[in-house]
Amino acid sequence: MSSVQEVNPRVRGIRDPVNLQSLAAQISQQIAQGEQKAFTKVIDLSSCDPHRTGLPPISFVRQVLSLCCYPELLKEDSFPLDVKQKTQKLLEACNGGSIGSYSSSTVGLPPIQRSVAEFLTRRDGGINSNPEDIIFSSGSQKTLAMMIRLLSREDGQTETGVLAPLPCPHTLPMLLDEVGVKLVPYRLTEERGWAVDLEELHRALMTARRQCDPRAIYISNPGNPTGHVQDRETIEKMIHFAASERLVLLVEEVYQDSVFGQDKEFLSYKKVLFEMGVSYSETVEMVSFHSISTATMGECGLRGGYMELINLDPAVKKILFQYPSSASILPQLAIEIMVNPPAPGDASYEKYTQEILVRAQTLSQNAGRACKLLNALPGMSCQPAMGGVFLYPRLHLPAEIIEEAKMLRLSADVLYCRRLLEEEGICLGPGCENGHNDENFHIRLCVLAPPAVLEDVLTHLCSFHRRLLNGSD
Amino acid sequence: MSVLQEISSDVRNMKQMENFVLFRRTNEIKEELRRGVRKSYREVIDVSWGDPHRAGVKPLSFVRQVLAACLYSELMDGDKLMVDVKQRAQRLLGTCAGGSVGSYCATAGIPQTLQSVSQYIMRRDGGVPCHPENIYISPGSQWALTNILKVLVNSEASPRTGVLIPVPCHSTTIISLTTLGAVAVPYYLREERGWALEMEELQRALDSAKGVCNPVALYMINPGNPAGYVQSRKSIQEVIRFAAEKKLFLLADEVFQDCVYGKESEFVSYKRALAEIGAPLSDSVELASFHTASKGLMGECGLRTGYVELVNLDPAVMKHINNLFSTNSCPILGQIALDVMVNPPQPGDPSYPLYLKETQHIRASLAQNVRRVEEVINSFPDFSCQPLEGGAFAFPRLFLPPKAIERAKEAGLQPDTFYCLRLLEEAGVLFSPGTEYGQKEGTYHIRFCIMTPSDTMEEILRRLSAFHEQFMKEFS
Repeated sequence: MSSVQEVNPRVRGIRDPVNLQSLAAQISQQIAQGEQKAFTKVIDLSSCDPHRTGLPPISFVRQVLSLCCYPELLKEDSFPLDVKQKTQKLLEACNGGSIGSYSSSTVGLPPIQRSVAEFLTRRDGGINSNPEDIIFSSGSQKTLAMMIRLLSREDGQTETGVLAPLPCPHTLPMLLDEVGVKLVPYRLTEERGWAVDLEELHRALMTARRQCDPRAIYISNPGNPTGHVQDRETIEKMIHFAASERLVLLVEEVYQDSVFGQDKEFLSYKKVLFEMGVSYSETVEMVSFHSISTATMGECGLRGGYMELINLDPAVKKILFQYPSSASILPQLAIEIMVNPPAPGDASYEKYTQEILVRAQTLSQNAGRACKLLNALPGMSCQPAMGGVFLYPRLHLPAEIIEEAKMLRLSADVLYCRRLLEEEGICLGPGCENGHNDENFHIRLCVLAPPAVLEDVLTHLCSFHRRLLNGSD
Repeated sequence: MSVLQEISSDVRNMKQMENFVLFRRTNEIKEELRRGVRKSYREVIDVSWGDPHRAGVKPLSFVRQVLAACLYSELMDGDKLMVDVKQRAQRLLGTCAGGSVGSYCATAGIPQTLQSVSQYIMRRDGGVPCHPENIYISPGSQWALTNILKVLVNSEASPRTGVLIPVPCHSTTIISLTTLGAVAVPYYLREERGWALEMEELQRALDSAKGVCNPVALYMINPGNPAGYVQSRKSIQEVIRFAAEKKLFLLADEVFQDCVYGKESEFVSYKRALAEIGAPLSDSVELASFHTASKGLMGECGLRTGYVELVNLDPAVMKHINNLFSTNSCPILGQIALDVMVNPPQPGDPSYPLYLKETQHIRASLAQNVRRVEEVINSFPDFSCQPLEGGAFAFPRLFLPPKAIERAKEAGLQPDTFYCLRLLEEAGVLFSPGTEYGQKEGTYHIRFCIMTPSDTMEEILRRLSAFHEQFMKEFS
């Protein structure tokens, strides 16, 4: 091979990541080597990584996983009874009683599939979920890539398209590049808290059809990074739209446990679908995604997720089941704990419930506090979040900054974030990663952190922002 | 009418795994046994995978203790765990963001882990330099291999991209190639000579590609899977020179490098052999070598962690590889296991005695199993096994009588699949058929994992012998 020209064009087409994380790592390295800076460490709130910021994992989860790794510890008295019982149950589900074995099938451990199916049935008020429709993978992004790969035509004639919200999760554009499908954005309405606009959806689809073959629509609910939580009416409209335009619904619902807006509640797309009657519930094709990278669990580094297939053709399912990807065992066990937590009466119930509650309160309070502070800044406006873990404020930047960015051949939001990192040691995400690549500049901030850490970040951010605006006066 | 009906044709063409019919029947039989249906066996012994823990081999204590401590650090209070376990866990947690295995890490992996792996590689290769920037940790070696293939294979090119692969070959690789739209160009290993790789055969394979596809890479497995050979230094260097001459990218699947037991055998890495050839080849031949935490004595398949080391790649190409790898995140726990694998307990460490005992036991069982498998299989006139030198499998050849082949055809099955299905039904032992891996036309093989406890292997051989005699008599 030896030259770039010979690299697969599909791989060459993966956009370069903005990669502030790399700069952040460099800066951390410089600090470790004794270089003097205005700050003592870098704080990264550009993605949802609660443990990184100092929020602890859920005790019950870690106790069980740890025992599953080294079952000799079952002999110890220091573990509560329910931890031991759960461990034993999970190990029985593993081949050879060890987390080191492969799953017997590519989709995952059957007992865990059953647990997830039972959870979904409970969650959706009795709507039946079939264990065989649950497929595990190393995180929801991976399962999403799997699905989209299935959709993409490779006859070299028309490019496949996927409708995706603008803004979308920052990991989505590169994922679609890698699979080789076109991202067709449908703009969410910022002024209405990032709500979906059906007319805009239609417009996007019309445009898409001129350029590619749109086959699916991607939805993030609660929204990443918008924090918007869709109401029943919206969900019904989306389903109706997808059904009439023959688009597969790809619904990312990883923040389903993080809804804090007044009078807001999480409604799963599946539940709404089934309540729309059989003409929809038996025909509309949908895949919903979840993972252990939630606000509560925050187990991003464990890499675990699943997807539920709804109304997919059995022939298609058969192919999915043969995909050579064996999901890792420990994350599957973590998923089982997530969907089957301690119940009232169990030894760990109180502590577990307390930890979950504290996490939820932290998130809600942080979101409120951050939004208030950011809105008080000149040149920044932020829609309040109703759920999820991010805030996504808009930057109203002075012309000088935008010019400077152009000269440096950077997007102004990237320049903003870079300078924020270099001057204050705070790493946030530029909105261009979320799809905003016109003059509509945004930044992305994960508010899931210990309150003191967030306060620190907000203080530095506000001071930087004011300085920047004043500097260009 | 389903929207998904018109799915990607490449995905459709994915080779239907022969094993499917066997897996399905295995699950059914397990269910029947559970319900109390009488059979001549009480449980199914599944050695169709390279999965020692499934077969009953115990995990190594040290790595599990470290993992447990990393997951739940309160375990380090008190005396539940040895000092060196705690020290290792603390050091490794210190390399994780926020001190938690639940955080994300950088694209290629945790920097300190990459450092550890590169030092291991240098030690292994007698000092040949290894740079951490050339290593990418991945969720499993196959995942890394698929990514490198993605870089090499242009599914829309005409002629299509070709990759030379050995016959027999690891089935997952074949599936990856097909899914990516590449053409597999087989080169046959010479069974009668211990699965030797003959240069004339490589040339023949390359010639066969003319007008069919554009071969860009040569994939080799050493030690072998499914066949249990270990390539000699001389053979490796021949392959390297061939690849250099024909401008082929070398893909060296070396996941069984820690599983070498043949008395005359020694594992030499492709990288080392390349370095020993010297310039200009050592500075120009492009090589990707793959390793994993799933094989070897640790056998932690369920953790899904491996790595790829890239040698002599153009920096501009590396940039694209970096972008590709950054679309997915690396599991942290696997990296912890990887660190333990490349830096096991040393003499003097408190955990060393137990570690030594456990690894010696696994090695001894393996040596015993190898001896017994060769003995038993070769005692049958219609069953033969090449000397087992490395890897985790036996891949003996079956000389099936024509009647059995007929019967298989009637049942719509490949003859070796038919044999495996009958073996499963009647003896409760699950092997995988040679068809799965490719074999010379008209020959039949079966593959089974030999990394099992010794008494399990004895039981397998007992059931196999009884079945085999019966089967051969039935179809004589």
